[in-house]
Amino acid sequence: MMQQALPAVSNDPLLDVDNLVVEYPVGNKIVHAVSGVSLQIARGETLGLVGESGCGKSTLGRAVLQLRRPVSGRVLFDGQDLTAMQGDTLRLMRQRVQLIFQDPIASLNPRRRIGDIIAEPLIISGVKDAAKRQQLVDEALSAVGLDPALVVGRLPHEFSGGQCQRICIARALVLNPEFIVCDEPVSALDVSIRAQILNLLEEMKARYGLTLLFIAHDLAVVKAVSDRVAVMYLGRLCEVGPSEQLFAKPAHPYTALLIEAIPVPDPDVRPAETVPVGEPPSPISPPSGCRFRTRCPRSDQRCSDEVPELRAVASGQFVACHHPLI
Amino acid sequence: MTESTLLSVEDVIVDLPTPRGNLRAVDHVDLTVGAGRTLGVVGESGCGKTMLSRAILQLLPKKAKLSGRVMFDGQDLLQLSPEKLRKLRGRSLAVVFQDPMTSLNPVLTIGTQLIETLQEHLELDMVAATKRSIELLAAVGIPAPEQRLMQYPHQLSGGMRQRVAIAIALSCEPKLLIADEPTTALDVTIQAQILDLLAREQRRRHMAMILITHDLGVVAGRTDEVAVMYAGRVVERAPTPALFKKMRMPYTEALLAALPKIDAAPHTPLPAISGRPPDPTRPLKGCSFSPRCRYAWAQCHVEKPRLEEADSPGHQFACFRPIDASASAGA
Repeated sequence: MMQQALPAVSNDPLLDVDNLVVEYPVGNKIVHAVSGVSLQIARGETLGLVGESGCGKSTLGRAVLQLRRPVSGRVLFDGQDLTAMQGDTLRLMRQRVQLIFQDPIASLNPRRRIGDIIAEPLIISGVKDAAKRQQLVDEALSAVGLDPALVVGRLPHEFSGGQCQRICIARALVLNPEFIVCDEPVSALDVSIRAQILNLLEEMKARYGLTLLFIAHDLAVVKAVSDRVAVMYLGRLCEVGPSEQLFAKPAHPYTALLIEAIPVPDPDVRPAETVPVGEPPSPISPPSGCRFRTRCPRSDQRCSDEVPELRAVASGQFVACHHPLI
Repeated sequence: MTESTLLSVEDVIVDLPTPRGNLRAVDHVDLTVGAGRTLGVVGESGCGKTMLSRAILQLLPKKAKLSGRVMFDGQDLLQLSPEKLRKLRGRSLAVVFQDPMTSLNPVLTIGTQLIETLQEHLELDMVAATKRSIELLAAVGIPAPEQRLMQYPHQLSGGMRQRVAIAIALSCEPKLLIADEPTTALDVTIQAQILDLLAREQRRRHMAMILITHDLGVVAGRTDEVAVMYAGRVVERAPTPALFKKMRMPYTEALLAALPKIDAAPHTPLPAISGRPPDPTRPLKGCSFSPRCRYAWAQCHVEKPRLEEADSPGHQFACFRPIDASASAGA
């Protein structure tokens, strides 16, 4: 697999993903979910990862945490290679990394009480003192804006989607992790609740000094919380750059089209007329060369012959395109 | 608003019995849609927008109690026999649901489902129905329509399935299409394509449309009029440009403010709406939005505001403490 090289953004990244490849067997075929992705996340940074369904963004998030083992590549977390870890070593390391999922209700065991759900990570990580566990659970629940006294004895079905997501965030925070992968944490929530949860994630990040990989398909949501944004298409990164800069001056045609396709809540803004044609090809047999070329208005022969590598186009902004917009 | 009203919903109430007591899903709703016009119905989950569309289609759950009047094309739908209703649905009143996988029959081919609809409602023979099906699939942007006729829903992507559902809905040239969150399950690039497709076919056929969505962004550029629903009621209704220029109901304003904006700087805190919608089995005495409203005063908690005319034509809102027009007009 070709490597997408990415120059260092920081001398001391917390997470350094190097040429990660993840594939799934489907029958006798192979889904190329992630094909040679490299990225770094600095301490205290939020990296937003956007892309459409099936582009491999969730698989990438899971592979970073070793919930899906990559075929090749390395994932350095605080300098240590997670892909080389097994058993207890990996379990110990997992206390420092957490995951928040899209569907908050489905990710809580319906038969267990909230207090037990949040205490479970503490038990697994060996906090034997029940009073200490109780104290940590109460702290985590208070942090996410829930009253522990009213919550710990109840079951998940007694809570709304937004409250369940708060409980999931409390569960992720209880071990005091350094890094959290948020996989579409607000896409199942209503607009008025979504804003509450996004604000809460921002508060928690500041309070606990977290580093986040924030995965979402909604560009406006990603922009609201991210320092930098990576755009993914069919298993590869198209573009990486500082949020403001990337949205103001996208370099990859796919990024530009994604931005244009967002419905703007203003009747004076006419819907874009240059939305990408057709649908993404199958990741079982991705196109040769640039994977976006089949839907790209700028594609030519070179795009089908040659895989574009990520290269710098502006300060901190990298694009994998033979015909970038800047 | 328009010279010819196609649909008028008058004082519709939908009650659903639940183990926790009666749930009033739709609470005294009045709406009209003119021929060829598009009405956007906006609201969050549980606001009653889907139940309202089901009340219009007479596709409510069996236990639901419906009262009021639904006049469509000169007929009161609540008085029609099941047989007459069945003839009407699919023929002049069509619907596209959020999830095309559940609205298409998984064990029948695309062709069977399209041809069946055409034969049932338009009484076309097999050859004519097949020819028309191919034309319809081509019209909704499906490549190689002849081959697609032989395929099953699971062989198509989500976007393609929604195109098929739209082709079936359009097949009998309906007068009104109800699109209930037609793009919510789809990616943003596919969403734009499907919304464009609906708008194009609507103009071409002079068809009226009710576009139900939770996304104010979707209604902004693509509807003539918008009704905002909260806790079963229409709380604001206006021609689309007027609504976005001069919102009067605090809920509408708060909903728009809570949306992350693509042109806002990263890490800008969002003006979230505190709390959550009220429990629909425990109706509030006053305005349903009052516990979350930053403008609410004593009257709002004890009395329900009625939908009243604003100063601009066609603009109505239900609020005792509307947003000052002069203050928001400059914003």
